[in-house]
Amino acid sequence: MADYVKMWKDLGMDLESHDMLCQVLPTAVGDVFLTQENRPKAMDFWDLVISEVHGIRPAELIEAQKAGRKVFGTFCVFVPDEIVIALNGIVTGLCGGSQFWVPGGEAVLPKNTCPLIKASVGARLGRTCPFFRIADVYVGETTCDGKKKAYEILGQDVPMIIMDVPQMKRPKDILKWKDEIAEFAAKAEAITGNTLTVENLKAAIRTVNEKRRAMQRVYDARKSLTLPISGRDALLMTQISFFDDPERCAQMCNRLADELEQRIRDGVSVAKPGDRRILITGTPLAVPNWKLHNIIETSGAVVVCEEMCTGTRYFENLVDDSGETLDDLFMALAERYMKNNCACFTPNPGRVEDIIRLAKAYRADGVIDCSLKFCGLYDIEKRTVAEALKAEGIPVLPLETDYEDSDAGQLRTRIEAFVEMLNG
Amino acid sequence: MSARFGIGIDIGSTCAKTVAVDQGGNVVWRDLRPTGWSSVDTAAAIRRDLPEEIADGARFVATGYGRVSVPFADRCVTEITCHAKGAAALFGLSDLNVIDIGGQDTKLIVVTLGAVSEFAMNDKCSAGTGRFLEVMANTLSVSPAGLCDMAGRGGETRISSLCTVFAESEVINLIGRGAPRENIAWGVVDSVAQKVKTQAGKLRLGPGPLCLTGGLCDFPFVRARLEAAFNRPVRTNPDARFAGALGAALYALK
Repeated sequence: MADYVKMWKDLGMDLESHDMLCQVLPTAVGDVFLTQENRPKAMDFWDLVISEVHGIRPAELIEAQKAGRKVFGTFCVFVPDEIVIALNGIVTGLCGGSQFWVPGGEAVLPKNTCPLIKASVGARLGRTCPFFRIADVYVGETTCDGKKKAYEILGQDVPMIIMDVPQMKRPKDILKWKDEIAEFAAKAEAITGNTLTVENLKAAIRTVNEKRRAMQRVYDARKSLTLPISGRDALLMTQISFFDDPERCAQMCNRLADELEQRIRDGVSVAKPGDRRILITGTPLAVPNWKLHNIIETSGAVVVCEEMCTGTRYFENLVDDSGETLDDLFMALAERYMKNNCACFTPNPGRVEDIIRLAKAYRADGVIDCSLKFCGLYDIEKRTVAEALKAEGIPVLPLETDYEDSDAGQLRTRIEAFVEMLNG
Repeated sequence: MSARFGIGIDIGSTCAKTVAVDQGGNVVWRDLRPTGWSSVDTAAAIRRDLPEEIADGARFVATGYGRVSVPFADRCVTEITCHAKGAAALFGLSDLNVIDIGGQDTKLIVVTLGAVSEFAMNDKCSAGTGRFLEVMANTLSVSPAGLCDMAGRGGETRISSLCTVFAESEVINLIGRGAPRENIAWGVVDSVAQKVKTQAGKLRLGPGPLCLTGGLCDFPFVRARLEAAFNRPVRTNPDARFAGALGAALYALK
């Protein structure tokens, strides 16, 4: 393993605390991933990236910054990566998925804030995540009240751009989102010192579409009853895709998809006979949050799809690249991003339709609808989701959890009981 | 060849229940003891106390939160599935709604055609569980049974806090204001019933009757407040605290 201590020091990180984080991660990776049998060989790429998650990619980002490129840190799948990429900038995800960062967040935020927000703020203020140190600017968005107010706190420590995501999906809301994208483009031009053109934006749209297609290919393989990849491995791939270079991400996902398609032809499955197929829906599972997948996949079931921001919401729907003006392309971006059925919209019938469509396409035996604690939006929407699924005859288990391990026993009881129920 | 006897061991947070059934599903032996601090030791003690003529060649199913602490179990089945099966057998019904108030959790299970069709469980919070009742009984210096008896003589009092810790302060406030203990007890039992009712709101209860299982089934006033909260009759059975162990024993026969 390369020595990154100097890099972390130069980034102004709190090395002592960071060491503690570095000590727990390998155990978690070992327990969750390396105990699995018969993994696809192409997972070696993601195993390497996660084993040096605070080293390899941060080092690349720092090299790019030395060459004059700017790094944009984002928290949400609504921020259009295409704009940043067109301007020769780099996008990196910033969401915190570890309990390690929660106390730091609780020092400045109310306890009843969702763990994702607390961890993200804690990671920044505690100076224990290189991605949070490297980013030249953060791009936030108004997808929930907790984030809106937390960005005000983060904004005191780091430059922030906030994009105002509409709350509804009327035609005027899509136009409003197009204006937000145009405004964001102007700000990103100022930060990068580069100019957006029809050509560079079209090229960026194609790059990101290619990444989406590649991720979709991996997910398509999960529709097979010969399940070629575990939910844990697929989730890791998706989580890392938020941090990786989009072209390499597409290449690696395609390489994985090649192997998965071959495994299906060869009849190689990671599922044991009788394992139940589960679709998970709900709030995002930011790296290194693997708790739910791990419990499900050690309780007689396998995860076949995530209807989540760390899942299908990230890569479904392509951007139309046929526009001839920047205005056309902004509109195409707005239309694609507004297809995302986040619970922040009202009403949000699209999400229920997505869950039912995906449950059928991925041949799920049941759906687990899990939200992070204190996420009112997804928690309230659970009732609508449950009623729609019951009407379709699809069993559903609603759950709520956070990043702590203390409820693992209760979760396991519920999940095992759900699997027993599916087994009839 | 199926085993001669099926033995179900339900290691709950407070009590460990054991039931042995013969091939016909008739209960031939049962045992109830405190779980104590070690589920492993308790399971070993139960095994020692089982008559050899029953234990010999029997199949064991463990359930309850301590189900993984029974090394000699042939299988583990969750308490949700076991309670559903046990209650269906106990009440002689294939469509029923089980309310199980346990030591640290409360379960609501909709049973349709003898199988679980939906369930809900309280999360980490202990409101609406046996533990809540126990904490409040301690505050009032009575046993849980004493609290339930007292409650039957009390008058309407509302305890609004859903959290056990806050509810305890609320009870202490009521004591400080000189409220009769009977009334406070009434409020405590009613709060459990209200919490269970709220939890049931997340489910579509089936057409069958409501059946109370778990350690509180012996307390008539708990049942009375549940009937008031649901505005429906609630059935119970003196053996209802063994429902989980019975269900496990019946699974062991399979």
